[in-house]
Amino acid sequence: MSSQPIQSNAPLDLDAIRTQLSSVQGPQFWRSLEEVARTPEFQAYLDHEFTPGTSDWTDPVSRRRLVELLGATLGLAGLTACTKQPPEAIVPYVKAPEEFIPGKPLYYATAIPVSGYSDGVLVESHMGRPTKVEGNPEHPASLGSTDVFRQASILTLYDPDRSQAVAREGRISSWVHFLATAAALRETLLSNRGAGFRILTETITSPSLLAALRALLAELPEAKWCQFEPVSRQNVHDGTRLAFGEVLHPVYHVDKAEVIVSLDADLFGSGPGAVRYSRDFAARRKVGGASESQPKAMNRLYVVEPCPSITGGIADHRLALPVSEIEKFARALAAELGAVSGLSAPASSQAHAWVKAVASDLLRHKGAGLVAAGAQQSATVHALAHAINTALGNNGATVSYLDPIETASPQSLPELAREMESGKVSTLLMLGGNPLYSSPADLNFAEVLRKVKLRIHLGEYDDETSAVCHWHINEAHPLESWGDTRAYDGTITVQQPLIDPLYNGRAAIEVISALAGRPGVSSHDLVKEFWRARYKDASAPDSFRSAKDLGADSVLPQFTLDEAWQKQVHDGFIPASAGAGKRVTLARDLGAVLASAAAASIFELNFRPDPSAYDGRFANNAWLQELPRPITKITWDNAVLLSPAAAQKLNLVTGEVVELRHSGRVLRAPVCIVPGHADASLTLHLGYGRWRGGRIANNVGSNANRLRTSSQLWSMSGVEVVKTGGKHLLAITQEHNSMEGRNLIRSATLAEYIKKPDFAQEGEHAVKNPLSLFPEYKYEGYSWGMAIDLNACTGCNACTIACQAENNIAVVGKSEVLRGREMHWIRLDRYFEGSLDNPTIHHQPVACMQCDNAPCEVVCPVAATSHSSEGLNQMTYNRCVGTRYCANNCPYKVRRFNFFLYGDWESKSLHGLRNPDVTVRSRGVMEKCTYCVQRINLARIEAEKEDRRIADGEVVSACQAVCPAQAISFGDLNDPKSRVSKVKADSRNYGLLTDLNTRPRTTYLARVRNPNLELEKA
Amino acid sequence: MPEEMDKELERPAVAIEDAEHPLIEPGHSYSTVTDHISAIVLTRKTPRWWWIGFGISFIVLNILLFSLGALVIKGIGLWGINQPVGWGLDIINFVWWIGIGHAGTLISAILLLLRQDWRTSINRFAEAMTLFAVACAGIYPIFHTGRPWLAYWMFPVPNTMGVWPQVRSPLIWDVFAISTYATVSALFWYVGLIPDLATLRDRARVKGAKIFYGILAMGWRGSARHWARYETASLLLAGLATPLVISVHTVVSFDFAAGIIPGWHATIFPPYFVAGAIFAGFAMVLVLSIPLRAAYKLEDFITMRHLDNMAKVMLATGLIVAYGYMMETFMAWYSGNEYEMYMMTNRLVGPYKYFYYALLFCNVAAPQVLWFAKFRRNVRTLFTVAIIVSIGMWLERFIIIPVSLHRDFLPASWGMYWPTVFDWSTFAGTLGLFFALMFLFLRVLPMISIFEMRTMVPPAEGRPRK
Repeated sequence: MSSQPIQSNAPLDLDAIRTQLSSVQGPQFWRSLEEVARTPEFQAYLDHEFTPGTSDWTDPVSRRRLVELLGATLGLAGLTACTKQPPEAIVPYVKAPEEFIPGKPLYYATAIPVSGYSDGVLVESHMGRPTKVEGNPEHPASLGSTDVFRQASILTLYDPDRSQAVAREGRISSWVHFLATAAALRETLLSNRGAGFRILTETITSPSLLAALRALLAELPEAKWCQFEPVSRQNVHDGTRLAFGEVLHPVYHVDKAEVIVSLDADLFGSGPGAVRYSRDFAARRKVGGASESQPKAMNRLYVVEPCPSITGGIADHRLALPVSEIEKFARALAAELGAVSGLSAPASSQAHAWVKAVASDLLRHKGAGLVAAGAQQSATVHALAHAINTALGNNGATVSYLDPIETASPQSLPELAREMESGKVSTLLMLGGNPLYSSPADLNFAEVLRKVKLRIHLGEYDDETSAVCHWHINEAHPLESWGDTRAYDGTITVQQPLIDPLYNGRAAIEVISALAGRPGVSSHDLVKEFWRARYKDASAPDSFRSAKDLGADSVLPQFTLDEAWQKQVHDGFIPASAGAGKRVTLARDLGAVLASAAAASIFELNFRPDPSAYDGRFANNAWLQELPRPITKITWDNAVLLSPAAAQKLNLVTGEVVELRHSGRVLRAPVCIVPGHADASLTLHLGYGRWRGGRIANNVGSNANRLRTSSQLWSMSGVEVVKTGGKHLLAITQEHNSMEGRNLIRSATLAEYIKKPDFAQEGEHAVKNPLSLFPEYKYEGYSWGMAIDLNACTGCNACTIACQAENNIAVVGKSEVLRGREMHWIRLDRYFEGSLDNPTIHHQPVACMQCDNAPCEVVCPVAATSHSSEGLNQMTYNRCVGTRYCANNCPYKVRRFNFFLYGDWESKSLHGLRNPDVTVRSRGVMEKCTYCVQRINLARIEAEKEDRRIADGEVVSACQAVCPAQAISFGDLNDPKSRVSKVKADSRNYGLLTDLNTRPRTTYLARVRNPNLELEKA
Repeated sequence: MPEEMDKELERPAVAIEDAEHPLIEPGHSYSTVTDHISAIVLTRKTPRWWWIGFGISFIVLNILLFSLGALVIKGIGLWGINQPVGWGLDIINFVWWIGIGHAGTLISAILLLLRQDWRTSINRFAEAMTLFAVACAGIYPIFHTGRPWLAYWMFPVPNTMGVWPQVRSPLIWDVFAISTYATVSALFWYVGLIPDLATLRDRARVKGAKIFYGILAMGWRGSARHWARYETASLLLAGLATPLVISVHTVVSFDFAAGIIPGWHATIFPPYFVAGAIFAGFAMVLVLSIPLRAAYKLEDFITMRHLDNMAKVMLATGLIVAYGYMMETFMAWYSGNEYEMYMMTNRLVGPYKYFYYALLFCNVAAPQVLWFAKFRRNVRTLFTVAIIVSIGMWLERFIIIPVSLHRDFLPASWGMYWPTVFDWSTFAGTLGLFFALMFLFLRVLPMISIFEMRTMVPPAEGRPRK
């Protein structure tokens, strides 16, 4: 602070100062007479805090400032030589933590919740740094796999843009200061019974957090709790209430279903349980197998949806219908099946054949059918789905209804906003979430929030909401704090930290405990205390669930309290804590309730959670931003998705900017044409258009929340689309959507497959004889190979991002993606087949094929890429000079080049993220998939120590490990009993471009569809 | 051997008999030839246009230095290359420059061995053109690598890593082919210069020039023994250079032919590339010689006959190139291979179709006017056709390299290639380098071989006047 005297023209009133000082009791420090006199000049000075001109420093650098800075940099550059680097002592562990061996990773079971629901994960930790997320093989929601969000959350942990300090009115403060405020607040709240105090949270499934919150609310009877989730499951709850009269949580048993009908349910793409559903679904798609005698039976999936999703992509039959028509479809289906008495089916010519076919198929598979409605569908559609399931006897077989996993809050966001508007709310505590950004536009949250006198926000980022809050508390990442959450089936999952909070972040439970008069208690103590109490007093009354259900009786007889806690933390979840299916009965008056159908209108606009940014919480995650969205292959943007016919009607092409208008609200966004989209419908993904989300998130895409209203959260009818003539460059990684008649993805119907199991080899021109004068190389030891089952692959992208995390793959940014320089080692090629309006969608994961006759190897002038004795096509980064000849000559185009220094070597926080077993590549070198050679070598070291061969299944590549559909098998081809050898023996096995005599080690299992012949004919 | 040599020297110039189109205009004697050519270097005032031309070239040369500096500091990403198009203007220009160089070697080596005397007046600057073109070409293989400071790893340099270049790679063949080519061309050019350097040394009046040319002349005294050795050396070098004319571009074509990309993987590439190189090279010689003979009033030495002959060579090689295009198209269809067929379809109707049509116009249609003597002897027409062919041969490399790469086997990884400003500035910069060197050459060295031109003078007129 400057020591400049304050310029004051007004004479000081010394008498007044004397009286003021004399009236003060206790020590009071003053800097100057001006301060004591509280002259306006001094006040202005204080307000400014910093001397004039300093505000420029926080502004974007002006030209003048830039020149000054450059000059200063030059001047100061010489000074660095004068300073001595502070000594940094390296102290080895005198007593190392248990099982802590430098260079050897440890794995810890924990949980990473998204929207309250957790999939169990195992996190790899190198010397105390978490580096990679894997699924927890024992956890029912994961079974060893994860989705893209869990994979990418490790980057969020190290994100340099994360909020790093407690802030008060935008200035750095401390947790201790907040605790003081919290104590004062508590006094006030206790005195007025919590009047005007509101707590706004995201979805809470955590038993301990819920208990803490309930305890606090019990102390403050007039305080209220409001839960708001931008991607809410409200419609699911409303649907069960409509159908059964109570709020329930449906859980699907996809593996038990022969016929699955998805009414816009993206079963495998989003929502709780997606990973498990993918696994269960794929298990029923793996026809054939090593033994050809296996029953060639498959399940059948029908999907009715407005916008192609990955679930629609893998469906046997897909019907594109706008949301308004889906409700009609559901009605027609229910009526056809007689599921709801008194329901008349509206005539829907478009889908008539479909309704008949699906209904008869469902009838044929009573008790083994499943109708699932999407979370974004109306409560009516949900109710109809439940009614059909009940009528067909599927309840309890393929679907079970649990008590809700998430607890409904007493107050909804619109109610809270109304209270805030009327000034009834004096203190608002926001635990997580970013309501200022993500709340529907009609609530005017930004304005009503300003009417609250004290606003406290807990968040991982210093975001849009925290900008207008008095207090911002930086939230701990799930990998930094203790907690417990529940999975899609209710399994209680324990969240243990892998690392001390990097920036002293706090968990929500710690904030609540501070307000509950127990400041400074750590999340560990709070969570552990909760569980000990639960175990000790198994009969403790609890509105949530009884301790008995929580597995206490299975645990306690064998273990002490401490052991029980230890086991729970070690396993990552409490076994057998999943909810039990309830017996449900359909409401009698359902037919009457569902009688009225919604009116359709042209251009309904549907909002959906983004496959990458979700509701915006992952918008600052560069891995996710750069991940090509499963169907559209857009990166770094969202767009208004529409069908080719709609685009033709509106005279639009991909990349054109339109204005969406609805009830006075306007949003500009580029359009993207998606084959297979419903015609009268538009889709816009949430999570973009953030303005204070961090360096990655800011100004990417358009903010759908500016149109969304609380009454039309997911679907808005009558949206006006106005062409603006503007253009926006969309960074789409795959521009060409047709296979050009090439035999790249081979598929057949089940009938064709049974008739001709080796259909995939038909028309194959693979070079059989070696075509070489030299004798063939014999792979004596191991011979690694991979097989990818295209019948299982849903195209969910998990492999791409797992590979990125495992192999330290850099992010290149939108401008580089636009130039075609994305770095993903494994990409998902997506092709459309058939008609433009309803094409079949194919996905094909493509990574380095590790060809035995690799075209890349012969052309490298410096031998930087060579073949190993185990068949790997190896890349020696140090040797690479970067001629790019190998990439040119690679027919699969899987080689990736560092055109610039793409890796972020500057951000200190990202150093912790890197996998120490994989080189961080520099500029000017080629890179590509290595079959996770570091994992092979890790297994080799272990095997050699024990003087044995590497066992089958010991080496699991990152893409294989993460795959929710278990589509990828990897192992030793020299071992005829290995899983991959068996898979490759399948008659569906074929290689890509084998006619080039590349002899790829990665092969594919052809896709088999199981169409309903009734529909196929139509 | 000496007998043969004598015969060689006594051999009458074929051209002299063609009275209508002489290789040297009548009225010249030994001394007028010497005076005229050496004066350009020694006595004539440096013309104004030379300064302007050199100045502009020098400025453009600095653009090259800037572009390459930025490239080394920032990375190869400054260019428009990407996945799938890993090579763009860098390799296009490399092949283009190497191709241009070919005419010089062909004129100096093959035409020497074939005793085509009409080559005499153009071989010197054609060879200089070869050298400078190779210099420009040589920049690309080094700077197009991701880590140019390690490009020397492509040479067999003994090193502690114990790793040698991977000799199965056509790029390594390239390294040897180009470096041999550059060495032999430089030697050939320099050896051919020695007698003329001695002439300049003897005629120079300024001390500095005397020393400069004196050192370069390596003590040439014009003795019979010197001449005998000179002739042996130049014949040997011609013998060495002859296979290079064929081999260099053959090896360059292997860069593509050895790849498996449709549009690259073709057996026709070696002859087709060599013919293309000669085609492009002669076009460039014409582009350079037509303004030169006007500016320096050398119409007496570079006569219509020379231009006519060069036009014929262009026509002939142009037809071979056209045959190459035809065969590519035919083989794409005849192979029955879907990728090959698509490659051809993509050239014809794909996003770069206008490049292909322009190529066909430039390299196939435009040279057909050279069938007519009227056009071959019209300097303006000839110059225009030569420029069109130069552009056409650049387009041919564009079609072969990025257009083949941008759509290969898997449609999912197809992309587009557009050069960036750095691509163009580097290309412009190499043009600057080429012309700056050319201007220096014109100013400092005799652009036409004095002693060889003297042999062109008819014996009766060659006698010194009394």
